[in-house]
Amino acid sequence: MEKFETFTGIAAPMPLVNIDTDMIIPKQFLKTIKRSGLGVHAFDEMRFDREGNEVPDFVLNKPAYRESSILVAGDNFGCGSSREHAPWALADFGIKVVVSTSFADIFFNNCFKNGMLPIVLPQEQVDLLMSDAEKGENARMTVDLEAQEITTSEGEVIKFDVDPFRKHCLLNGLDDIGLTLEKADAIKSYEERVAQERPWV
Amino acid sequence: MSPKTLYDKIWDAHVAQEAEDGTCLLYIDRHLVHEVTSPQAFEGLRMSGRKVHAPDKTIAVPDHNVPTTAGRENPDQMPEDSRIQVAALDTNAREFGVHYYPVTDIRQGIVHIVGPENGWTLPGMTVVCGDSHTATHGAFGSLAHGIGTSEVEHVLATQTLIQKKSKNMKVEITGKLSPGVTAKDVVLTIIGETGTGGGTGYVIEYCGEAIRNLSMEGRMTICNMAIEGGARAGLIAPDETTFEYVKGRPHAPKGAQWEAAVNWWKTLYSDDDAHWDKVVTIRGEDIAPTVTWGTSPEDALPITATVPAPEDFTGGKVEAARRSLDYMGLTPGMKLSDIEIDTVFIGSCTNGRIEDLRAAAEIVKGKKIKDGMRAMVVPGSGLVRAQAEEEGLADIFKDAGFEWRLAGCSMCLAMNPDQLSEGERCASTSNRNFEGRQGFKGRTHLVSPAMAAAAAVTGKLTDVREL
Ligand code: SF4
Repeated sequence: MEKFETFTGIAAPMPLVNIDTDMIIPKQFLKTIKRSGLGVHAFDEMRFDREGNEVPDFVLNKPAYRESSILVAGDNFGCGSSREHAPWALADFGIKVVVSTSFADIFFNNCFKNGMLPIVLPQEQVDLLMSDAEKGENARMTVDLEAQEITTSEGEVIKFDVDPFRKHCLLNGLDDIGLTLEKADAIKSYEERVAQERPWV
Repeated sequence: MSPKTLYDKIWDAHVAQEAEDGTCLLYIDRHLVHEVTSPQAFEGLRMSGRKVHAPDKTIAVPDHNVPTTAGRENPDQMPEDSRIQVAALDTNAREFGVHYYPVTDIRQGIVHIVGPENGWTLPGMTVVCGDSHTATHGAFGSLAHGIGTSEVEHVLATQTLIQKKSKNMKVEITGKLSPGVTAKDVVLTIIGETGTGGGTGYVIEYCGEAIRNLSMEGRMTICNMAIEGGARAGLIAPDETTFEYVKGRPHAPKGAQWEAAVNWWKTLYSDDDAHWDKVVTIRGEDIAPTVTWGTSPEDALPITATVPAPEDFTGGKVEAARRSLDYMGLTPGMKLSDIEIDTVFIGSCTNGRIEDLRAAAEIVKGKKIKDGMRAMVVPGSGLVRAQAEEEGLADIFKDAGFEWRLAGCSMCLAMNPDQLSEGERCASTSNRNFEGRQGFKGRTHLVSPAMAAAAAVTGKLTDVREL
């Protein structure tokens, strides 16, 4: 997993509540053998009409938001099916941070496994970020995970909470595999010992 | 030193690191890979810029999706999603540099047959695969079990698994097996006795005179179905039979290394006073040719029995049995040997090895399959197929009216073109009789290869001892 570094990016406002994983990635895209490449199908049914044309009103289709890396969303983001394809699709689109008052549990966990940071904030702070995001392309926010701060385009600083262990994993780019790789020395010395004891393996 | 079970010994030899809470980093000696459960794992490696830690210990082969009919090298024979999965394995195996047997390679076959056959599976190893029937390899006294896709990625990247130890269970089959009784009948009888949950939380070691007397093929049949008894893994201690089978296989040790290996393998047995958390003992003489009547592998009875009634059971099993009987279209009280069969499948990682084909051929030799019967033999690998052709078994099957197929999982599961249609009833040498396993609304009776062959000839489930 890539290390989560401080970045400045465009935030897209998605005030809709209960955006479920079916909306994030509809079921016809689950037959894939890949985790990557789902970004073009993110929010497919909201983003495209039945003929496959872009719906101009959908936020991520608007010129100002096509390069968004942050979503500021309504309550209960990521509810519904547990499909890990949802965070896969968002990450592939380029989203690194989702801000909401609340998230569905499984989606929340899946985000961390895929290098994304879901941030829970009280309603009034989400409102503040939402109106900042609505300013469009000029409203670039900065997310600093180390300091646990979001800085709005106006320079206003909002603090957020994050589980210390998850923070550690994101900052260092560690997933389960990453954590095991931290024990690479133990694996290596095991391999060296076995190469002596049971060279045929 | 405190006495240990075989499982304890193999476990201890593979702990690369142990945490305070007993969670271990278990080193994996062999990682087998097939097309269905690996694409996202390889993709994960690619996305994070990782390599396969030990490509030399990783063996890939397509088996679940591939057709078993001639001309299958042509990808047009597969539906789109199967084709994509097989193509993905092809790309991944080549790009990451793991050992690979594509469909055009004579060594291609069902992953659990390919591993032992080529000497990848050796005693005392840890073997994993994204497939529950990895338990098969336990027949060599290797700790072998299935894993999920995220774990596949973990093993690819680190050659380890994060694991906690299971409990020890001993299943002893004493005495001798009667004529006509095979390993398949033994394991169906065990599961009938212990239930599909009987082994949950345990690693089972199968032992006793009847197990000792089995060939490696028979031992693989037993361990293959450990998972159907709920256990993650089954084990049989290695002995001369094991060494004999392994010796000379392409990836088995040679020369001085062979001697050293055998010396270590000979220490792999459960100490006399080792502790067992659970023990089951069955008399070999009590085991008869066995068939399943329901939709769970535990629904196993001697062929001489009758179809049970739901009231014969207690608790949740009453309703389950009712549902099974309805699905299977059977009436309580009818003789199992009166059940008419229209399809016979001989193959799978349970019973797709040379010995299985020999046992089946012996029954059908000089006979014809029943009119209207659809019967197929699907060798477990290209090598098994070639050997069977050389021994004349293929001709026996063909003369009798069987289809003689190419290697793959075939009708073991409805994921490739070989499927049961609604209402069709199959005597199958595979391992799962779940609803829809062999095709939508298809009905499966699990049997040994000899019993399947007998059913093909008579058109009914048949006591092979009477043929
Ligand atoms: S033969 Fe059947 S049980 Fe064995 S690996 Fe193939 S599908 Fe699974």
